Amino acid sequence: MSDEIKIDKTMDLKGLPCPQPVIKVNKGIKEIGVGQILEAITTDPGALSDFPAWARTSGNEILETEQKDGLIRFIIKRVK
Amino acid sequence: MGEIMVQIGEELRKETMTVGDLAKQVEELKRQVENVKPGAEDRISIVVFSGDLDKVLAAFIIATGAVAMGMEAVMFFTFWGTPVLRDSKKKAGGKDLMGKMFGFMLPKGRNAIKLSNMNMAGMGTAMMKSLMKKKNVASLDEMFEMAAELGVKIYICEMTMSLMGFKKEEFIDYPNLEYVGVATFLEQAKNSKVQLFI
Repeated sequence: MSDEIKIDKTMDLKGLPCPQPVIKVNKGIKEIGVGQILEAITTDPGALSDFPAWARTSGNEILETEQKDGLIRFIIKRVK
Repeated sequence: MGEIMVQIGEELRKETMTVGDLAKQVEELKRQVENVKPGAEDRISIVVFSGDLDKVLAAFIIATGAVAMGMEAVMFFTFWGTPVLRDSKKKAGGKDLMGKMFGFMLPKGRNAIKLSNMNMAGMGTAMMKSLMKKKNVASLDEMFEMAAELGVKIYICEMTMSLMGFKKEEFIDYPNLEYVGVATFLEQAKNSKVQLFI
C-alpha cells in the first residue's frame, strides 16, 4: 500500500452486509470534494465486485483495493 | 433553382428544388430531432406484488441499491404487497364487512409479514429475523427508513385499496407516498431502464 496517497475521509463499514456498504459509500463520497480521496473499510465480500460496479456507474475511481485479514480496504477518488 | 440527386430505395433520380425548399426541409428535420423524446431514464420501477418478508426485503435491497448506483427508484405496491404498507398503530373506521375481514386477515404492516418459504408456523420467520439481526442485515424497519432518506418513491395501488377496503388513514407515514393507478406506474416503467415484478 502506497503511503503517498492523502486520505481525506475514512469510513468504517465493517460488519455491514449488502446493500449498506454501497449506500453508505455513495453518501460518503458526496461529503468530500471532487479530487479528494475516500477510504472505505468493509468486511462484505460482495463489495469486491460491488464497489467497482458502483464506481463505474457513478463515475468515480477506485485507486486501490487491498484485502487483509478478512478486511477489504478501498481507496476511492471522487471524480465527479 | 438547382438540380439534386435523390435516392429513393434503389432508384436514383433527379429532382429540382430551390434552396428555399431545402432550407424548409432542414428546418422540418431540426424540429423533428428536437421533439425526439429521451429514451429510458436511469430509473428502476419495481412492482411489489408479494407480501412476503423475503420478497419485500429483496425489493428494498434492490431499490436502495439502485439509488446508491445513481438511479431513481420507484416501488409500486399492489395486491398482497399493499398490506405491507399498513401502519400497525393506525386504525381506520367506516369499513364494510368485507373490508373488515380483509383488514383482519391480512398482515398489519411490515412487521407482521412472513417468509414465503420455511415459515414453519412463524418459527422460520422468527429465526430468519434473529439471524438477520446477528448478521447485521437491515430489517424492514431500517429498510423503510433508508428508502425514505434516499428518496425512493412508493406508490400504492388504488384499485387494491378499494378491493380490499383499505383506507388511506391506515397506511404508514412515508415522505414519497402516493396513491396511484396502473397508468402512473406504466408511465414511470416505460421510462425506466429496469423494471422488476416481485
